[in-house]
Amino acid sequence: MGCASVAYLELQGVRKEFGHVVALESLDLDLGRGEFFSLLGPSGCGKTTALRIVAGFELPDRGRVVLDGRDITDVPPNRRDMGMVFQAYSLFPNMTARENVEFGLRIRRRPPEERARRAAELLELVGLGQHGDRYPYQLSGGQQQRVALARALAIEPRVLLMDEPLSALDARVRVTLREEIRRIQTQLGITVLYVTHDQEEALSISDRVAVMSSGRVEQIGTPPEIYGAPATPFVAEFVGTMNRLEAVVEDGAAGRVRAGSLRLVAHAVRGRREGERVLVLIRPESLTLEALPDGETPDGALVGRVAAHVFLGAMTRLKIDTEAGEIAADLPSTGAGRFAVGARVAARVAPELPRILDLSG
Amino acid sequence: MSEAAARIEEAPAAVTAGGGRARRVRRFPWWGALWLVLGAAYFLLPLLATLQFSLRVGRDAYGLDAYRKILADPFFRDSLWLSFKLSVYTIVVALLLLVPTAYWVHLKLPRLQPAVEFLTVLPFVVPPIVLVVGLLRGFRWTPTWFYGGYLLLVAGYVVLSFPYVYRSLDAGLRAIDIHTLTEAAQSLGASWPQVLFRVIVPNLKASLLSAAFLTFAIVMGEFTMAVIMLFNTFAVYIAYVMETQATGAAALSVISFAITWLSMLGILVVGRRVGGRQVQIGGVR
Repeated sequence: MGCASVAYLELQGVRKEFGHVVALESLDLDLGRGEFFSLLGPSGCGKTTALRIVAGFELPDRGRVVLDGRDITDVPPNRRDMGMVFQAYSLFPNMTARENVEFGLRIRRRPPEERARRAAELLELVGLGQHGDRYPYQLSGGQQQRVALARALAIEPRVLLMDEPLSALDARVRVTLREEIRRIQTQLGITVLYVTHDQEEALSISDRVAVMSSGRVEQIGTPPEIYGAPATPFVAEFVGTMNRLEAVVEDGAAGRVRAGSLRLVAHAVRGRREGERVLVLIRPESLTLEALPDGETPDGALVGRVAAHVFLGAMTRLKIDTEAGEIAADLPSTGAGRFAVGARVAARVAPELPRILDLSG
Repeated sequence: MSEAAARIEEAPAAVTAGGGRARRVRRFPWWGALWLVLGAAYFLLPLLATLQFSLRVGRDAYGLDAYRKILADPFFRDSLWLSFKLSVYTIVVALLLLVPTAYWVHLKLPRLQPAVEFLTVLPFVVPPIVLVVGLLRGFRWTPTWFYGGYLLLVAGYVVLSFPYVYRSLDAGLRAIDIHTLTEAAQSLGASWPQVLFRVIVPNLKASLLSAAFLTFAIVMGEFTMAVIMLFNTFAVYIAYVMETQATGAAALSVISFAITWLSMLGILVVGRRVGGRQVQIGGVR
């Protein structure tokens, strides 16, 4: 992980509009040198616009882009020394893999021996040492993106920009390649700004993640922070699966909330006023289930009936109809069979796990 | 072989063995062949007749006299050379003008594409006679080295070649992801000219060749503008020979066809060699 405390790349109050559409409202970001930073969000949230502004392909309407203390907002893209890997296959079709990697060095008029040596090193680094003489159309999608990565690294970029580089690949290749991207980034210590809509991808390879929505940053944090302590309902919804319960604080001192006739204890409620409306967020894997005989209604549990089983591999998701709405509970698949569809169950959660948000968003 | 696959392979045999339905026999496509022969005859018969006539040296004798006479005529060589030079200049000017234009329209001004496409049709609508009169009147104020030489004719030919050149380039540019390629090259440090000449143009080879050969064919055969501007181009020479030598005109027609066909063959051969990589841009095999 890089040094995130000293800002290396900064976006300061960046705003961008396309016609009447506001793509970025006022974006403030800072990346430390050597940090792997991801912009995560749904389509149209402004993450790619932010990346393109950093690359120099778009000019912000307002705000600045600062790299290593220097304002580069008006510097053209070819003078920014930023390598970029694109979502679409972007290799130059008339050049072999090696020539593609050498392109940036050729533009910089580096001697042929240096170009050849560097291209060989980088192709080796991305696992394509034997494929240097192949043309893009002779390479698979994953191989093309590896070459694109090597090509971007060849110029020793000050920041490596990656715009959903894995989204066109199949799931298996995506997982392998994202691990390799992280390995290479760690090995070379380069600063990476990565754009993706895939939360699993962002959480698995990033030092920090900024979750974006409608041109705004909802939350910036490490992957555990984003997953474990979502700051807004949007983040809670977008990152992972989250049970949302609208509740009322019943006893702020005891940390007790009520959702309909169901009662729960959550430490995060402590200190809130009685009668305050809150949103209780509980991860499906935080719930434990127990079978419940008819007529019995334990306190501090969500009571309902199993509506469906969804097999997810190692885990099985049980959908439970409760008075407060449908909730999901993830159980190891080996034990999920104990709770048949239609069975009455009580779902419990440890008091320290629910996340509480104001019921405003 | 799986049981299901075996069943599928056995099925046609079973139908035949059962005798319920006759085995489908693929018939010779008589109608298709007939239209093919008629089409070929329409194009080839006049050519063969011209070839046969060009070889006549008497009532029942054949030889290459007409060809010898034409090839020995200094006007033939001069006119051919002039048309060749005009073709080359036209190709160079048209490509220098239209490659950056087409690229820029595709990249930055896509909304202008309908307007540009409309403009590309204009040379088909405006007759060459109107165009040449317009050129002669409109450029009267220009310096003598331009107005008095063949550069004015080249300018007219560039206009004539505009539809062919632009549409060839348009097809080539549509076949590649110019936005991504441009941005990829820029992110690697390439300036606009480097992007254009090192990345975009090499990926348009087939389109450029097509545009060049089409322009070549047009200029080699253009008559109206040349004769009004008083240039003895190859087409003007053909017209002159037609009026003075019967078999010579036929021989010249055959030579002209040969030049055109060789040009087209050039497109096919070179285009196939360089175009194989162009058609699959950025895809996965």
